[in-house]
Amino acid sequence: MSPLYFSVGPQHSGSGHLRMKIELQGDIILNAEPDPGFVHRGTEKIAETREYQQNVPMIERQCLPDVSSVSLAYAMAIEELLGIEIPPRAQFIRIIMCELSRIMSHLYWLSIMGIFLGHSTMFMWPFGDRDIFIDIAEKITGSRVSYTYIVPGGIRYDLPDKIKEQTIKTLDYFQGRLKEYDAIFLSNPIFERRTKGVGVLSQTDAINLGVTGPTLRGSGVRGDIRKGIPYSSYDQLDLEIPVFTEGDSYARSMVRFKEMEISSSIIRHALDNLPDGDFAVKTRKKVPEGEALSRVEAARGELACYIMSDGTSKPYRLKMSTPSFRNLPGFSLMKGSMLADMPTIYWSLDYWPPDADR
Amino acid sequence: MNIVNNIENVLNNIQIVELRQLLLFVFGVLRSELFFKIIFFPGIFTILITVSELIWLERKFLAKMQLRVGPQYAGRIGGILQPIADFVKLLFKEAIIPEKADKKFFQIVPILLVVLATTTLTVIPISETAVISNLDVSLLFTFAILAIFPILTLLAGWASNSKYPFLGGIRALFQQVSYEVPLWFSTLGVVLLAESLNFVSIVKAQSSFWYILLLPLGALTFIVSMIAELERIPFDVPEAESEIVMGWMTEYSGMNFGLIMLSLYTKLYFASAMFTALFLGGWLGPSILSPSFWFLTKTLIVALIIIMLRGVLPRVRLSDLLNIGWRRLLIFSLISIVWAVMVKLFLLGVF
Repeated sequence: MSPLYFSVGPQHSGSGHLRMKIELQGDIILNAEPDPGFVHRGTEKIAETREYQQNVPMIERQCLPDVSSVSLAYAMAIEELLGIEIPPRAQFIRIIMCELSRIMSHLYWLSIMGIFLGHSTMFMWPFGDRDIFIDIAEKITGSRVSYTYIVPGGIRYDLPDKIKEQTIKTLDYFQGRLKEYDAIFLSNPIFERRTKGVGVLSQTDAINLGVTGPTLRGSGVRGDIRKGIPYSSYDQLDLEIPVFTEGDSYARSMVRFKEMEISSSIIRHALDNLPDGDFAVKTRKKVPEGEALSRVEAARGELACYIMSDGTSKPYRLKMSTPSFRNLPGFSLMKGSMLADMPTIYWSLDYWPPDADR
Repeated sequence: MNIVNNIENVLNNIQIVELRQLLLFVFGVLRSELFFKIIFFPGIFTILITVSELIWLERKFLAKMQLRVGPQYAGRIGGILQPIADFVKLLFKEAIIPEKADKKFFQIVPILLVVLATTTLTVIPISETAVISNLDVSLLFTFAILAIFPILTLLAGWASNSKYPFLGGIRALFQQVSYEVPLWFSTLGVVLLAESLNFVSIVKAQSSFWYILLLPLGALTFIVSMIAELERIPFDVPEAESEIVMGWMTEYSGMNFGLIMLSLYTKLYFASAMFTALFLGGWLGPSILSPSFWFLTKTLIVALIIIMLRGVLPRVRLSDLLNIGWRRLLIFSLISIVWAVMVKLFLLGVF
């Protein structure tokens, strides 16, 4: 019997803005070739024509569930070129925003994982709970999704009044909800049956393919920039890195699930130890000549931002190395798996097409 | 009676033979009990109302589970007219037929699905008298009809001439064929105890014990196989949207799709009604309320349990689905037959 060729996406309920060329023999996937680039917007080139401050809202668009990490990487690179020191209060608020973003991104991931496995309740609950975090973000930054809050030189506004109480209340509620998620979905025997042993990425392969983030940590590698090369003030906070050694979709899912819990405790810790002082320093419009590289741990993995400056107010070259693009080789895991496992493997990598295409 | 005689006299006096015969026939049909049963209760009208409200019930029930509101605007009470509004909308939508599809089969499948799904309901007794055709072998009849569905789903998948429907059709065929056997076997216990294939006799035989108490394993096997037969979560593998879009109904749109949905929900209603008749004592209940009320209440509860599973379970994998069917349910249903024989010999023999 000759194999069946078909493409999943870019208009498919299980693909996002990505196309996968699938070669199917019976129910076994012989070959799955990802075809990214449908949402390529040329962000890096456009950035060269705009001023440093103007670029912030634009580059945030590459990963809307997780905007804080993107703008943080960008801001850190510019600050390195300017040679300025960010006040500790701004550092802590940046961390709070990044961890809020991480929770929101993982909630987004969890709900899509739910609907990919046919669990409609799991689709609705995290999306509903993501909204209360969006409310917090709106209170802090004034925007619901794309904040433009972390800018070169610090943050744009100080924290509003009573935000601590609201955040703690939300986190109390959220940590109770995490148990319910676990009860209805992640401990469900069908979920375990569908993810355990599916898309196994061994430790060696994970390192060789260069995957990052929860995908890497699910394969037993303790790779986290927050711990390895601490930036901002992560070295002053309790930070626990969940590592699972199985390397299958279940391990990757559990890494993300545990990270939501850990991010909540980081936010609590950061709010308790929030230093007083300024929230921004004055920056110059023109950035001195040179090049800088910053690395942050975004929700999907390591995000690196490289900036080359020629001494003007516009970047000469901006290069973002995004986690989704680095996890793209993980699609090779689909080879030899069943068609029913395709969405599981796809989404266990937490691939975000605009993040990879930029 | 006078009025009837008068009308018949008037009709008999018509000189044109064809017209006279036609009008007499129409008058006879209108007066017959069967006509009322087919059209109103428990026939098409009741089925359509029940099925459309079943859709509303599912949406509202799932919405409550998922912390949503659900349909809200059509109709006064919580969007109760939403399914009807949806069907009206689908009626006015263009039914797109793919250029390369086999148009004849493509169009006939939704119609046949609705016709067959409603046909199964003719043998279900809502009360002792409210049954359209009281066949001696009504259980056999329902299985004969159910056996046609896999062929139709495969036909829909093949006639669409597209890859996702094709995969969905093959999956549906696998699933329905493998779940038909445990479904059959799980009802054999009931047949053994009731000594009849007729639903009315089966319900009457449950006047002392509901069969769910005597044959719990058979009831479990039946309901699980039936959910697979209905292609509902957790067994909605033929229409797994993250894998094969909408399975065998991907290419259907407009009222063609509406008809398929109607047939699916009719099947849901039929499955709950059949479970009620076989295991939950049909219309039997305290005589304060009417038998039809008890039957419909039990049916709705069974339907709600099937609907609830959609909210709490993910989809199983195709290979697991076949494993559950052939390795678990088939054995369970065989044990259930032995169990029924034991019950018959020892428990009922004593009474």
